[in-house]
Amino acid sequence: MSKFQFPESIASRPVYGTLEPRPGKAHLMIADAEGAEAILDLAAQDAGLMAKTHIIYIPKGTDFAEALRALEPAQFYEGPSYAASVQRIRKVLGDAHMGLQVYLAGTEGLMGQAMNEAVSAGIPASAIQTEHRGSIARRMQCVHCKGITEDVTTDPFVCSHCGLNLFVRDHYSRRLAAFQGVCIDAEDPGNVPAPVELYK
Amino acid sequence: MSAAPQKAKAGAEKIAVTVSAVVPLNDLVTRFEFTRTDGADFPPFSAGAHTVVEMRDGDRTRLNPYSLMSDPADRSIYAISVRRDDQGRGGSLFMHTNVKVGDQMTLTYPVNLFPLDLRAKKHVFFAGGIGITPFKAMIAQLEQSNGNWELHYACRTPALGTYADELAEKYANKVHIYYDDQSQAIPLEDLLDGQPLGTHIYVCGPAGMIDWVHATATAHGWPSENVHSEEFLAPQPGKPFEVRLCQSDITIQVGEHESLLEAMERCGVDAPFLCRGGACGQCETDVVEADGEFVHRDHWLDDEDHASGKKIMPCVSRFIGKTLVLDR
Ligand code: FES
Repeated sequence: MSKFQFPESIASRPVYGTLEPRPGKAHLMIADAEGAEAILDLAAQDAGLMAKTHIIYIPKGTDFAEALRALEPAQFYEGPSYAASVQRIRKVLGDAHMGLQVYLAGTEGLMGQAMNEAVSAGIPASAIQTEHRGSIARRMQCVHCKGITEDVTTDPFVCSHCGLNLFVRDHYSRRLAAFQGVCIDAEDPGNVPAPVELYK
Repeated sequence: MSAAPQKAKAGAEKIAVTVSAVVPLNDLVTRFEFTRTDGADFPPFSAGAHTVVEMRDGDRTRLNPYSLMSDPADRSIYAISVRRDDQGRGGSLFMHTNVKVGDQMTLTYPVNLFPLDLRAKKHVFFAGGIGITPFKAMIAQLEQSNGNWELHYACRTPALGTYADELAEKYANKVHIYYDDQSQAIPLEDLLDGQPLGTHIYVCGPAGMIDWVHATATAHGWPSENVHSEEFLAPQPGKPFEVRLCQSDITIQVGEHESLLEAMERCGVDAPFLCRGGACGQCETDVVEADGEFVHRDHWLDDEDHASGKKIMPCVSRFIGKTLVLDR
């Protein structure tokens, strides 16, 4: 099962819902990995949806692409990574008109970044649907060097840019689409607790 | 308790003004312009704001909200345009028949319940009849910043098209007028189609038009955040009823032609308000006890609140029944 129940947290931590079909002139679905399952569930609820849908999908090593293609969306794009897909996302949003519905599914890193693109294109955040599926890995920003480390699964972890030992906070930046990582051994260098898996 | 300064009186702060011009625009609509009696500049306002005009009508005080329609960049005057409503409660009729150049009146500071969303990539305005007034100010404000806007304005007849000719002449490419008597209608569905992402729409006019725009936009997949509307409700007459105000420790009678808020004010209770039209939320009052039925008419409380019988908006809502006790 690709669903995970996040524990209650602070106000800045995003919460995700369950995708539902909404009336719209066009539909843009952006998903990675197990996020494909949310799209499959969504498509099953509304037979007419896919004829007006553009799917942008990043498999991240999973094999859902064929199942998505079989939904026969109006357009389907498979990207090797989010970074490789972002140009296309921008182009689609730039050409879009009011009445577009945006659906995001998969990891928090993907949803947060795609949400930023959609908001800066002019869609209010509250009108964009999200559904978390799959990995609970986080996109983390090191508050010291500002470098981003993707797919962090343990707390603490080592910043992939400056090498500091970082404590994983629930404090989230929508602008960066990243959680904040803060040096855990600043007072007592080297005194680093053993990393544990997130949510364990 | 919050440390916020407590205002001496309910409602927004007041400004003493002198009527500087009375300009009839057509059979129904007249513009009233005001300057400050103390000669100073008016406080700046953002387009979409309204002011509450205090009218001394014999021993009766009328307080009616009107959208400011003057250019927000011009701080020397405030202007409103008032449509005469012969069937109404008498405020607009009083303005039309009694108010003369040189009269001293009182306005409140502007309050904006219908602001432009300046994040919008484009603003599309839908006006019906006298609903044009806030858009006059919005257009002036957006022209200053080279904003992207267009207006779709439905009027009954060319003769009653308040500001229609003026706007159409000045902004020929942005203003579209539709006359009922020529069977022209706003092609709403076509207009909602193909607007760039980040477009916001604004509607001001009769209730039916506002509902139509909201419903059509929702059906076309527009987020509710991108659809703005303003409708001031005038209090409706109704059966007289009795209310106990437990904080003030008095029992008052609400007459057929006055609102609950007006009755409280008549009895010397300083009840809070801003818009007096069921839109701002300022007058929200807790119900302590009720045996009877509420006639909720506001746009502020949600259905759940209305059903709960625990809250009432005294500026527009009424009560039918035996006992009503309010926490005021
Ligand atoms: S005074 Fe604004 S809702 Fe009653």
